[in-house]
Amino acid sequence: MDQALDILLQTSFWVAAVRIASPLIFATMGELICERAGVLNLGIEGIMTVGAFAGWFTVYSGGDLWAGVLVAAIAGACFGLLHGTLTVPLGLSQHVVGIGITLFATSLTYFTYRLALPEVTTPPKIVPFQPLPIPGLSSIPILGEALFSQTPLTYLAFATVAIVAWMLYRTPIGLALRAAGENPAAVEAQGISVTGVRIGAVMVGSALMAVGGAFLTMSAFNSFFFEMINGRGWICIALVVFGSWRPGKALLGAILFAAFDAYQIRLQQLSGGVVPYQVFLMMPYALSILALILVARRATYPRALMIPYQKGER
Amino acid sequence: MRLEPKPAPSLGVTLLFPVVAIAATLVFASLLVLAAGASPFSVFYLVAKGAAGSQFAILETLTRATPLIFTGLAVAVAFRAKLWNIGAEAQLYIGGVVTVVLGTGALPLPAIVLVPLILVASMVAGALLLAGPAVLKTRFGVDEVVTTLLLNFIVVLFVSMLLEGVLKDPMGLGWPQSQRVIADAQLPRLIQGKRLHFGFVIAVVAAVVTWVIMKKTVLGYEMRAVGHNPEAARFAGIPVNRVLMKTALLSGGLAALAGFSEVAGLKGNLTLDLSPGYGYTGIVVAMLAMLNPLGVIAAAIFVAGIFVGADAMSRTAGVPSYIAQVMVATALLTMVTAILLTRYRVRWK
Repeated sequence: MDQALDILLQTSFWVAAVRIASPLIFATMGELICERAGVLNLGIEGIMTVGAFAGWFTVYSGGDLWAGVLVAAIAGACFGLLHGTLTVPLGLSQHVVGIGITLFATSLTYFTYRLALPEVTTPPKIVPFQPLPIPGLSSIPILGEALFSQTPLTYLAFATVAIVAWMLYRTPIGLALRAAGENPAAVEAQGISVTGVRIGAVMVGSALMAVGGAFLTMSAFNSFFFEMINGRGWICIALVVFGSWRPGKALLGAILFAAFDAYQIRLQQLSGGVVPYQVFLMMPYALSILALILVARRATYPRALMIPYQKGER
Repeated sequence: MRLEPKPAPSLGVTLLFPVVAIAATLVFASLLVLAAGASPFSVFYLVAKGAAGSQFAILETLTRATPLIFTGLAVAVAFRAKLWNIGAEAQLYIGGVVTVVLGTGALPLPAIVLVPLILVASMVAGALLLAGPAVLKTRFGVDEVVTTLLLNFIVVLFVSMLLEGVLKDPMGLGWPQSQRVIADAQLPRLIQGKRLHFGFVIAVVAAVVTWVIMKKTVLGYEMRAVGHNPEAARFAGIPVNRVLMKTALLSGGLAALAGFSEVAGLKGNLTLDLSPGYGYTGIVVAMLAMLNPLGVIAAAIFVAGIFVGADAMSRTAGVPSYIAQVMVATALLTMVTAILLTRYRVRWK
């Protein structure tokens, strides 16, 4: 029991927690932007797969790491454009289109991977982002190492939360975006196109999801393999609900979740095989469901979420 | 741009758009084939030949269609009531678990009793598995999309745990697989020496029964009403939550039959690769069938044909067989767009 508590004081545990949180933070912010504009983006799992592959493949083909991040973001935005076109002006079911985008993006990625690397059995590795300790701050015990000796992509993840929060609450674009998700007719009355705002939000959100996927191949596992997203996208959708559609709360949720994930891995080693390892692996998914149940009663969805908007219609 | 409802479309228009959707899918697939350095015409010919070019190919396609009919029905039923069951994969695996738990010798009963018993038990397990998310939706307002999706991962891990634990075949040379079901628990083959099994017949019967439920019963009417407009349905005195629960039980049960039929009819035992995503492909099947239970049979055979044909094609033409998944997903997106365009006119103003 003492050992189980000791884990919480280990620096390596908190370092791992922040690392595990990073891709979730990107993708959760992406989903949050989409949903605040009124569009549920269930393409997230597939778009993360695309990002993971696009980023990795750019570097594998000789590109720069940051070029990989950019390519991943652009690829994500393209799938976002497809999702947005089908769900916003055409008003198709966001559930069906989202699942369709996930199936489409995932299968297209696997097809491209097989085409590019036909005879590969072990996934080739790239040289990933290296930890970049921030002088001074990184020497604070535990917290310093956890927060300030990570890779640049992790810093970018935290910066993204700040930018998204600032943009949502302090800029006219953010106001239009939130209004598109609450009261689209009011946006139209201001002479702003709801369609434009929503498609833009889905594209930017999808780009962030793709960067979240790219984190996995470029800052965590160093290679691309099939089914590597492994439900992270779906967990991010739960995190958005858990964070009541607020960037700060969602960030907190992602870190809590990641800490729990890092904890279960260490607990698994501690249990010495008495409890089947699958039980530990189930925990993150079960925790997500539990979190949804806990917040469901007081969840205040963006009022126009999943409701297509037609100009001039009441 | 805006959408204007069209007057009831003629039969020609209704049929024209799906054809356009399939054509668009083929054009997109052709681009991928060209990218792979092969000729689209020869590739599509090989896919068609591999799917329906011989008795073996046709039987293989029907065999592959069997689980897709069940998962397609499960999705069609649920989506009709706007219950977003994305968890057919999990329900399928639970059906497989029940089949090996009861079918590997625990119950020494004659086949005529044992097979129906396992069938019903599988359905109950699948129904209960979806009842969880349905209760969470109706009681707590938890979105069922996320819960059913997350349950897929939990259930596959649960099955993995069973296969490395209590259900592990002691004679399995260490592989995570269950014992084989006994002869009395197996579904017979339809043709001696071929893989097509009685599960296909059950699937077709299930489709007909589901069609009758959807079109001819009060429950079916209530499900459609709830799916169309839950507020109006509630106002009309339809017990919306109870209808959603019944829908969930039916949908979960149908998906579990896919697992039962694959284990008892085809594979003989339970492994972790029982389903290469049949639960997710069921969504495509249901949408291609426009949620019509009888249409599900045709859509499942069509989708199965693409998969079987692409497998055969990739062995000879060298185009990755993942093109089948791409085609199926593309067909889903073009099809929902096409259905919309039969009902609405796009006005560019």
